[in-house]
Amino acid sequence: MSEARDFRVVGTRPIRPDGVDKVTGRANFGADFSLPGMLYAQVLRSPHAHARIVSIDTKKAAKMPGVFAVVTGADFPRVGSEEITGGEGAGDYRDLATNIMARDKALYHGHAVAAVAAVSPAVAADALAAIKVKYKVLTPVMDLDAAMADDATLIDETLFTAGLPEKPAKPSNVAAVMEMKRGDVEKGFAQADVVVEGTYRTPTVHQGYIEPHACVATINQGGQATVWCCTQGHFDVRSASAKVLGMNVSDIRVIPSEIGGGFGGKTTIYGEPVAILLSKKSGRPIKLVMTRDEVFRASGPASATKCVVKIGAKRDGTITAMSAWLGYEAGAFKGSSMAPGAMCIFAPYNVPNFLIRGHDVLVNKPKVAAYRAPGAPQSMYACESLLDELARKLDIDPIDLRMKNAVEEGCQAAYGPKFNAIGFKQCLEAAKRHPNYTKALGPGEGRGVAAGFWFNAGMQSSAEIHINEDGTVTVIEGNPDIGGSRASMALMAAEELGVPYERVRVQVADTESAGYTNVTGGSRVTFATGMAVIHAARDIIAQCKQRAAATWGVDAEMVDWQDGKVIPKPGVNAELKPLTLADIAKGSPRTGGPLLGRASLNARGAGAGFSVNMAHVKVDTETGKVDVLGFTAIQDAGKAIHPSYVEGQMQGGAVQGLGWALNEEYVYNADGVMQNAGFLDYRMPVASDMPMIDTQIIEVANPTHPYGVRGVGEVPIVAPLAAAANAVRDATGVRIHDLPLSPPRVLEALDAARS
Amino acid sequence: MQSFAYEAPATLKGALAILKDHRKRKCRAQVLAGGTDLLVQMRTVNTAPRTIVDVKRLDETNELKFGPKKTFVGAAIPGVVLCAQKKLNQRHPGLVESIDLIGSSQILGRATLGGNLCNASPAGDTIPALIANGGVCVIASPRGKRELPVEKFVVGVQKNALKSDEILLGIRFDAPKPRTGDAYLRFIPRTEMDIAVAGAGVSVTLDKSGVCKAARVAIGAVAPTALLVPKAAKALIGTKLDAEALDAAAAAASEAAKPIDDKRGTVVFRKKIVGVLVKRAAAIAAERAKGKQR
Amino acid sequence: MSRIHVDTTINGVATEFLCEPQQSLLEVLREELKLTGTKEGCATGDCGACSVTVDGRLVCSCLVLGAEAQGRKIGTVEGIADGDKLHPIQQKFLEHAALQCGICTPGLMVATKALLDANPDPTEEEIRYYLAGNLCRCTGYDKIIRAVQDAAQTMRGA
Repeated sequence: MSEARDFRVVGTRPIRPDGVDKVTGRANFGADFSLPGMLYAQVLRSPHAHARIVSIDTKKAAKMPGVFAVVTGADFPRVGSEEITGGEGAGDYRDLATNIMARDKALYHGHAVAAVAAVSPAVAADALAAIKVKYKVLTPVMDLDAAMADDATLIDETLFTAGLPEKPAKPSNVAAVMEMKRGDVEKGFAQADVVVEGTYRTPTVHQGYIEPHACVATINQGGQATVWCCTQGHFDVRSASAKVLGMNVSDIRVIPSEIGGGFGGKTTIYGEPVAILLSKKSGRPIKLVMTRDEVFRASGPASATKCVVKIGAKRDGTITAMSAWLGYEAGAFKGSSMAPGAMCIFAPYNVPNFLIRGHDVLVNKPKVAAYRAPGAPQSMYACESLLDELARKLDIDPIDLRMKNAVEEGCQAAYGPKFNAIGFKQCLEAAKRHPNYTKALGPGEGRGVAAGFWFNAGMQSSAEIHINEDGTVTVIEGNPDIGGSRASMALMAAEELGVPYERVRVQVADTESAGYTNVTGGSRVTFATGMAVIHAARDIIAQCKQRAAATWGVDAEMVDWQDGKVIPKPGVNAELKPLTLADIAKGSPRTGGPLLGRASLNARGAGAGFSVNMAHVKVDTETGKVDVLGFTAIQDAGKAIHPSYVEGQMQGGAVQGLGWALNEEYVYNADGVMQNAGFLDYRMPVASDMPMIDTQIIEVANPTHPYGVRGVGEVPIVAPLAAAANAVRDATGVRIHDLPLSPPRVLEALDAARS
Repeated sequence: MQSFAYEAPATLKGALAILKDHRKRKCRAQVLAGGTDLLVQMRTVNTAPRTIVDVKRLDETNELKFGPKKTFVGAAIPGVVLCAQKKLNQRHPGLVESIDLIGSSQILGRATLGGNLCNASPAGDTIPALIANGGVCVIASPRGKRELPVEKFVVGVQKNALKSDEILLGIRFDAPKPRTGDAYLRFIPRTEMDIAVAGAGVSVTLDKSGVCKAARVAIGAVAPTALLVPKAAKALIGTKLDAEALDAAAAAASEAAKPIDDKRGTVVFRKKIVGVLVKRAAAIAAERAKGKQR
Repeated sequence: MSRIHVDTTINGVATEFLCEPQQSLLEVLREELKLTGTKEGCATGDCGACSVTVDGRLVCSCLVLGAEAQGRKIGTVEGIADGDKLHPIQQKFLEHAALQCGICTPGLMVATKALLDANPDPTEEEIRYYLAGNLCRCTGYDKIIRAVQDAAQTMRGA
């Protein structure tokens, strides 16, 4: 349980313990490793978006001088169908294995069909050119409408829609349907004074991490493999690689490098099993790094979607009913983010009647992977845009409209559980009071408001704390640090143990040195791993009390822990000098051995996260260009362990969301080939595109975490999409439904409205 | 079979000898200036091995001369150096604008006027500005020197008029007449880093009463090559560049544009935007002609 | 194909290496010289993670041939700190939490130093446009700009 208290170091802004290596170039990322004798791997990829693989001839490539190994799908074992758990996306191990290396079909342009290992990248490229693949080209299915049409070309002829009351007679590109409901929407809409409806589309977008996927793998003749890779979850790399290759988990050791961004995109695997297999065949270590082009074409972007939303309300703004039809592109294999999208869409609101129908749909694009609050930006873009329309129709302030229907503690969430203490209303109040809400707008300018939500995850974490002989502290945990989490772990350990922050070091250890830990994702690390670190610290404290009591010859109940020292309780021998951590560490050989604290848990009670965002834009009505002049992000963090890194999550997520709203999209030609697979034409925000991002951290303590923490990493990307669209509507009087709000689309909409 | 090779000749004579020799042996030789286009293309669309002939060490390609009647800009001078040249800014502010827009700070540390022109991308930012300023290419070959106006130098999508044994030494301009101003504007979806969706370079010369007596209007990224649009210039000449004249010039530019639909823009959008850019660039050029600083 | 012998200076230290004619300076730094501080994000000059200086000029090392380093002075992230003392730019980035994953940070160290060497008192707009070639996906740029402003102030002795 969390206790209200004055914190000593938690809530301050010290320099992160891994920072110096990162500003000096010493920190090692995925592609920075080398081993003696290392070979370079490259992957041959399908030039067709949809094709049957008739034959692959690798004989010439395998014989080339400097080529040590060649693999195709035939070299990988058969993998049974089994749901992937513990990651951040939906999926099946058999599909994962087929995604990593195609078997009988190429399912997207860029799908891996073979790989080689050679002495240099140049020789590897020549070897790829020598591999002959015969394809039978099929019609590519490139969007939701095409995939769901009655006469659609089937991507997987063995796929029957799951989730229907009866198994359908014919296979389909619709992998699954899902329904969530409460009450009676028909009655709810009938009760409404006003009903609004809208159809909204979002494009395929990429997480855009600057570091491409990279690994070095080596396996010895005894079948024991070691993999260095950039990943959000090295335990998942281990388990997934073991499944794909049919190996024992204990025979794979995964060492996480520093990671150059992930945002969900590095919670799955692409090259690691390929590199292990090439190492097995060649007897040498293998380096496999994706090019930027490959990252776009063949890693996991986020679902393109179509969302049809309907809201009914009384004149005073009370919502009586909400309904949504959601179509999410999964890519080449089932498992889009439709389910979490459905969970989140109405979650901020107390709605007596709702109905959500979601569809998980196959298309000939790369299999989608998680992207920061997967599914929620898309569905909530639709709902938050429509709420803006409703507010206009009712002539009610958009914040007041949300406040009138806002969930609070004790409400039952749309996705099931009862909310503990949450901060949505507090965020709304803060937004209303914020000076940016009433700032004067110039000509051509507009302001838009939207809410964001993510349920946040708990899951499994392990932590160990070693007290060193001089009383300094080493924390061992298993979460790759993507946003400053080492600093937060150090703060929590220092807080609990009563030692200076500078005396704590945090190690992100590999799969053989840390206890099992789930991914860095789901906004769970500060919450769940932080909880484990705190529990491990309390384990240390309990041991310290025992050791001190033993040293003093008193019972363990006669001592207390205060400000980093063991002291005798009042009434017990007052002459006993308090013992510090360093004292107890020094005496530990005599009192029972090394001081080791540990905790492993499956954290429950992750607190739901809410945000309210405001976008301030200016639209050039002659060109359709949208400039973001200001952005305000208000979010409930429960307790900000390191406020600078909480602000960092809010600002980074805001800018990703604005990129999604304004310019980012995968552009395909008629053959299903991506046209903009680089940073030149996949247009992410650059420094000159963005203003300062104003942040306000709200703290409504999450009762299930010792310090009140609730996850903050994912909520920030959700609200900016609708905030931007609502701001453009405010500036121009025109509602644009399909993202991105790129200049040609905005100009087209403005011209249509003017004519 | 030819392999990659790299040469960095110290003299023009030496550079021309390499090109002549490769032409004779029917081998590929490619002139390298800044490399910001060439190195990308060499790894993606055009990977055939060749001899790279680096012209950055030649005196002629690094020359920057401001004569009373002429300006000469060497083809291999990095953009960041040109943008800092006060005299170039004074004489041809629009040209300097266009160079500044070629790319990021890092790109500008290497990219050159010569390279941007020779790469002959339909969207090359400097090309409309070069044309608007009446730039003339100075070309060297084993046969001597020749000259060609910029608008005749670019002949197609990524095709220029150089023969395989010729090197662009630089571009020369007449020093601008009194009351002459130029400007370059381009449209991109972000604020930096993008290839131009449309571009417009305009130069105007005013008489003492503020009436336009000469003009050149060039548009980019809306046709296989940058286009000189005499009809748009005509719409400005004899006017005081009022709203009506600007609209007429814009309409002429939109009409002359022959863009394509691609990942960077649509036909409809590009035709519209290039007109808007011509209007805005002409207005800025006029202000500069009246004596305002860039 | 014969390799080219190059004599150059890297972070003030005379250095020589062999490279293929078409190899980039980025590849040479990382693979031949094991200076892995400079990162590859795209290899097309669009992200700035490979930023270095050549004769004091900020460039993308993925767009420079290794052979072109002949006789030049190359500056990488490894040369920004002064022995065991961090440069003010590095210190301010840490204080302002202007990095999260850190992959763009080496490029930003080099680019920021080049900016402040040329313009010791830049406006916010000047900073944003100068650094537009350095993509960051984690921070949203806010704290980066503040760190640069603070570093500039410190370096001016203001």
